[in-house]
Amino acid sequence: MKKLSLIVAGVAALTAASAVQAGTLEDVRAKGFIQCGVSQGLPGFSNPDDEGNWTGIDVDLCRAVAAAVFGDASAVKYTPLSAKQRFTALSSGEIDILSRNTTWTMTRDTQLGLNFAGVNYYDGQGMMVPTALGVNAATELDGANICTNTGTTTELNITDFFRANGMSFNLVAFEKADEVVAAYDAGRCDVYTTDRSGLAAQRTKLTNPDDHKVLPEIISKEPLGPVVRQGDDQWFNVVRWSLNAMINAEEMGITSDNINKLTYNDKTPAEARFIGTEGKFGQELGLADDWAYQIISQVGNYAESYDRNVGPNTPLKLDRGVNALWSQGGILYAAPIR
Amino acid sequence: MSRSSSLIYDRHIRSIVFQVLLVLGLILGAWWLGNNTVINLADQGKTLGFNFLSQTSGFQISSTLGTWVMEYNVGASTYLDVYFIGIINTFLVAILGIIAATFLGFTMGIMRLSQNLVIKGFATVYVEVLRNVPLLLQLFFWYFAVLRSLPNRRGQIEIYEGAAGINITGLYLPAPIAQSGAGVLGLAFILFVGIAIWLGRWAKKRQYETGQIFPAFWVGLGLIVFGTTLVYLVMGQPIDWSFPVFKDTGPALRRGFQIGDGMVIVPEFIAVWLALSLYTAAFIAEIVRAGILAIAKGQTEASYSLGLRPGITLRLVIIPQALRVIIPPLTSQYLNLTKNSSLAVAIAYPELVSIFAGTALNQVGKEIEMISMMMAVYLTFSLLTAAFMNWFNARVKLVER
Repeated sequence: MKKLSLIVAGVAALTAASAVQAGTLEDVRAKGFIQCGVSQGLPGFSNPDDEGNWTGIDVDLCRAVAAAVFGDASAVKYTPLSAKQRFTALSSGEIDILSRNTTWTMTRDTQLGLNFAGVNYYDGQGMMVPTALGVNAATELDGANICTNTGTTTELNITDFFRANGMSFNLVAFEKADEVVAAYDAGRCDVYTTDRSGLAAQRTKLTNPDDHKVLPEIISKEPLGPVVRQGDDQWFNVVRWSLNAMINAEEMGITSDNINKLTYNDKTPAEARFIGTEGKFGQELGLADDWAYQIISQVGNYAESYDRNVGPNTPLKLDRGVNALWSQGGILYAAPIR
Repeated sequence: MSRSSSLIYDRHIRSIVFQVLLVLGLILGAWWLGNNTVINLADQGKTLGFNFLSQTSGFQISSTLGTWVMEYNVGASTYLDVYFIGIINTFLVAILGIIAATFLGFTMGIMRLSQNLVIKGFATVYVEVLRNVPLLLQLFFWYFAVLRSLPNRRGQIEIYEGAAGINITGLYLPAPIAQSGAGVLGLAFILFVGIAIWLGRWAKKRQYETGQIFPAFWVGLGLIVFGTTLVYLVMGQPIDWSFPVFKDTGPALRRGFQIGDGMVIVPEFIAVWLALSLYTAAFIAEIVRAGILAIAKGQTEASYSLGLRPGITLRLVIIPQALRVIIPPLTSQYLNLTKNSSLAVAIAYPELVSIFAGTALNQVGKEIEMISMMMAVYLTFSLLTAAFMNWFNARVKLVER
């Protein structure tokens, strides 16, 4: 009877263990790293270099969370996902955060069992056409062939836009961005549509980037941000506040360069709360009190991340635009740490 | 020895105990999976259900057979329509792929056995190259080879003036538009095909009995072509044709073939069909070669000594026997081809995985329901293929007398 009781006990243990889903924060702590869902290569947002190191503002978000949780920004493993796979990968628990230029929409927030933890880039959908086509406005595109990705809001937005303007079009939707670029480059389509930041990034991959132009119309709002599973508020807070810390740091003028100088006595109360020498803000999140200090010293504030990855001095050459702080004419606004 | 220990050593009882344990384990496992799913879904605020199928879909789908059959219309069509479009497009490429792969595979397999070194060498190179390069790479190769070799959207290669042409956006052909009376025409066509099949059987039977040969194939074909044409004319031409329109003047964007005129076969379809057919044909060629080699050489010699020419020997003596060896592995190649068609998502052919398990899934987020529906389609199609091939196999297998 020994074997039988062993089996019964084993099955019972298995059932008991699985019925209660542990919190993501504990899971992450137990395995020692964060599994971060990223794109399959979108320069400036999440892109691997030739040594396999990932960079980009979406990657920086995951690194910030790792810094907050472990005090080590490098405790991240990346899962490249197509637009089509991303939500399933998150729902199934394959990844802990989805940080993959993902648009926050009502359907996704309410129907998919997901929560958006904030916005790390305010984008809008645009269209790129070959200059030789002689088109100056999106309303002249009746009858166009349009290339884009499957499983994105861009498919819906472009359909809405053409329907609203009573124009016909043909949509060719690929699974991976690389194939969209290659097909557009080969002339399969007259138009390449995706988020404008994406257009800027993918344009660098074309044979002759200067032969193409981005049309002035912005046909949608695309707030891009990190996504977590619904129903785990603790983990949701960790991700949301990691992002808020980066934005607040920019507003307070705290950078990775000057944060160490703040340990002296001349810091303001807000700065003291931020770096964790005053108050117990980290504990409330389930983290160490120097969580924000770790983020800024290892990853930098939002402006540093922006300038390093997508700013005017990068191949993407994207101005801050609406992504500037609210105090500087943009709409970037984070709740205060207090 | 106590009674209980003797029970443990009783083989019969022991085997029953283990079987009961196995069944219990399976039931527990299934219950555990199901229960976990429900709990995890509830945690994420999701429910199970198929109500989403009646929601309208808000995205455009590349014009293909599926969108044409379902009369897809953004804003009016539902996710259920999207599902059917995916199924139709998957089946279209699978069926046409199976037909092409079979013809090409048989040709290549027979060519590999040729005495002619050039023919044999060509077939060998074909088989070795195509079956040893991953299918996804071939898919990309054919897609971009097709795209790069065609004129751009403003140009065309004219196949027949005003009726057929090809450029990078696809192959344009006249599209039939059914008018009243088209149904009669369809029935007449089916009737003529039925007569032709009956004629073939009758001719074969007569040949077995009397030895007289009747050219049933050509007579049947003629009957179908001329009979259908006759009915078409008698019914007052009940099918209108929509011809593709090509413009080479006007603003740059408006030049080229016009959307909505004629029928377009998109390059994505051509590439998927080419890749699947060529790839699977390489495997079928090997199966055919093995099947033919499995037939004893004496059969060929016996056939020659009866005075039959090599072509007839192959067709009437060797192949029917070889089919017994060929059909079982051929069935798995057909199943492979069907399942491989899901790779088409990579190059924008709107088949089931692409539009239903891709775009639609991302919008409604019903993973379990939608993936199950998709698996049901592949399973059904595979089982139907297998059933048909088993029936065919039973027909050609050696009947012992």
